Amino acid sequence: MTTQQARTHAIDMKSILRGPRDQEENSEVCIKVENLNLFYGEKQALHNINMDIPKQKVTAYIGPSGCGKSTLLRCINRMNDLVDSARIEGRILLDEENIYDKSVNVASLRRRVGMVFQKPNPFPKTIFENVAYGLRIQGINDKRTLEETVEKALRGAALWDEMKDRLNDNALGMSGGQQQRLVIARAIAIEPEVLLLDEPASALDPISTLKIEELINELKEHYTIVIVTHNMQQAARVSDYTAFMYMGELIEMGTTSELFTNPRKKQTEDYITGRYG
Amino acid sequence: MIKLWFKSGSPWIWFTASAVSACLIMVLGVLGLIMARGIGHFWPSELIQFSYQEDSGQVRDIVGELIDTSITPAAMAKATGFKMSADEDVLVQYQVKTGNRDVSGADFRWIQERRVKQQSNPSELIAVERREWGNFYGRLVAVKDGGKVIAEGPDAMPVLQERLKAALSLYEQISHLEKKQIGAVNYGLERLRLEQRRLELEKRWDAEAQKRIAAEKAALDGEYKKFQGQLVALYQDIRKGSFVAAADDGSEHEIALAKVVRVYEPNKMSVFGKIGHYLNKFVEFLTDDPREANTEGGIFPAIYGTILMVVIMSIIVTPFGVIAAVYLREYAKQGFMTRLIRIAVNNLAGVPSVVYGVFGLGFFVYILGGKIDRLFYPEAAPSPVFGTPGLMWASITLALLTLPVVIVSTEEGLARIPKSIREGSLALGATKFETLWRTVLPMASPAMMTGLILAVARAAGEVAPLMLVGVVKLAPSLPLDGNFPFLHLERKFMHLGFHIYDVGFQSPNVEAARPLVYATSLLLVVVIIGLNLSAILIRNHLREKYRALEG
Repeated sequence: MTTQQARTHAIDMKSILRGPRDQEENSEVCIKVENLNLFYGEKQALHNINMDIPKQKVTAYIGPSGCGKSTLLRCINRMNDLVDSARIEGRILLDEENIYDKSVNVASLRRRVGMVFQKPNPFPKTIFENVAYGLRIQGINDKRTLEETVEKALRGAALWDEMKDRLNDNALGMSGGQQQRLVIARAIAIEPEVLLLDEPASALDPISTLKIEELINELKEHYTIVIVTHNMQQAARVSDYTAFMYMGELIEMGTTSELFTNPRKKQTEDYITGRYG
Repeated sequence: MIKLWFKSGSPWIWFTASAVSACLIMVLGVLGLIMARGIGHFWPSELIQFSYQEDSGQVRDIVGELIDTSITPAAMAKATGFKMSADEDVLVQYQVKTGNRDVSGADFRWIQERRVKQQSNPSELIAVERREWGNFYGRLVAVKDGGKVIAEGPDAMPVLQERLKAALSLYEQISHLEKKQIGAVNYGLERLRLEQRRLELEKRWDAEAQKRIAAEKAALDGEYKKFQGQLVALYQDIRKGSFVAAADDGSEHEIALAKVVRVYEPNKMSVFGKIGHYLNKFVEFLTDDPREANTEGGIFPAIYGTILMVVIMSIIVTPFGVIAAVYLREYAKQGFMTRLIRIAVNNLAGVPSVVYGVFGLGFFVYILGGKIDRLFYPEAAPSPVFGTPGLMWASITLALLTLPVVIVSTEEGLARIPKSIREGSLALGATKFETLWRTVLPMASPAMMTGLILAVARAAGEVAPLMLVGVVKLAPSLPLDGNFPFLHLERKFMHLGFHIYDVGFQSPNVEAARPLVYATSLLLVVVIIGLNLSAILIRNHLREKYRALEG
């Protein structure tokens, strides 16, 4: 396949699945990454990242394995704090507040920035308790409030109709796709501002993947979404903006249609046409 | 060919399988032996009457249970001093339990088969289980009431059984009065004495207090007098009954009904009668207090003490071990120090248990207990309350002994919780503590239970340290009873493991007690299996509930 053919192919995929759309509208910045460097011990994993993530849009990170896209994603809700050897320089502004400021309470930051992981990780509790977990953490134990919120979150994650009679079943009895949607429901139950999705569909079958993608399209009405994906077609299908990363550096970021049809950098073009990665 | 066989790997399979078989045989062998020896103990064996020619040439009757038979080759028998004639190849000897220790001075004797002139099972032979002096075997002559003969000959047995039943119920009343009611009064009096002493020490022994204590004391004294009166009447009643029985040497003995547990005629019993007798004895074994320096009667206090001690130990060791493991695994910075602590904890598991006993006695009992006595129980001085071995110190010592297994298995459980679960919880805005409390610890609970199972298995069978920190041969009262505050942690208690040692090796009549050793061992094994099974059931339930994610 030549470069030209591949590029046309990418466009075709996109137009079939999503239809044409105006990508040029101006939008507010939700998260601003400034001069971010991250080290694991001596090794530098992220090099001077600068990026604006727009509000209520879907931003996708693509790039080959080990390029730092998950690491960058985990910086946004400070999940890297859990790694002892990680050291961070630079700033990330969420609504113009530096989340790495000493005064920031990490738990309340994570309440504002929800996250869904690669593998579905429901707790070994009932479906209801899984979704209510975040609320209970906040000290909300009122039965009616919990029931309402759980229903809303499950509806939001397109699970309500399937699960409304099974709320007291163990969540581990669900299928992988259902579990992943449950985890999304769990994340949106506490109404975060930002939703981070770390390869949310990579462990799922094609039909479940499709459902998750549809869900992402619906969720962006309310949430700012950042998604890491290996699958370029998925990035093209679901995202408004795409950032391409390589070896811990942000190579290029732009609207999805522009990045896929008209990449400015040679590396980006090589990657999206399948030369490496 | 052989080479090929080796190459195929079959020898390796045989080798490993034989190791497993050896283990299995050993386990089954141990269980089989104690079951065979222990279970048969309560079966009423036939009484045999031998016409036996003594060394003096005189022929006399010997009545007893046949316990054992030994066959000695003639040469060996000659060497030990037996006179053997030329045509005898072997010397056959019977071990007979003749009972009547008060008459003949011994419970058992060996007799030579060649001197037995005649052997029979007369149906009129009776076996009497007494509260003192072991069993009596012989013939019933007469039943007496207040010194007067009321039945004789063949009619005597039904009358005797009837009288015995009445006497046993009197005995029950007496022991209830003595142990429970008078026991409670004494307990109350002792409390009053301590209170008075405390008030005196605190210089608050004023007229008002004196009046109050005196009034309470008077009430208790009144109660005591009342019980004492009842007791005297009961004793008079029970002392009236007695019966006369003839021993195998023809001498007649009068036996008081107050000192008899049961009288039976084993040679007349049907199989069902024997089964009934067996069950009766077995229930007595489980639920009664021991008699005759622990060699007869039941072992209820020992079962009770063992289980109570293990339960208290579990209540102490589980939270302690879990908390330590949580800090080590979740909070402590992993490095040289944590490695050192882990090595120390693992080595602690290898310290001989008697060393823990010495530590418990030296530190807990004498230092801590002594301090507690001085601070909180000055009125009891000079007699110690916690400054002497007791249930609490035994439980704490065993908790210390089993702490390593709880820490190690909890740590392993915590390490097995997938990182993704922790991250999922943290990503929802939970703090580390909330994540631990709501998700990680419940998921690690099966591992904690595994630790507890190992701890219980080790603690329930431990004897050596307990001898130093609280177990006694015979405890006058149970550590959990009806007297406020119900659980008496300072009391000494009885324990199955120590009971086995005591009955088997320390009792005055080791031979008679040997079957009881097996029965008690069997029971100890059953208690440990029971404790373990209940813990395993809880663990499996938890496992089902918190089944971890695959991968």
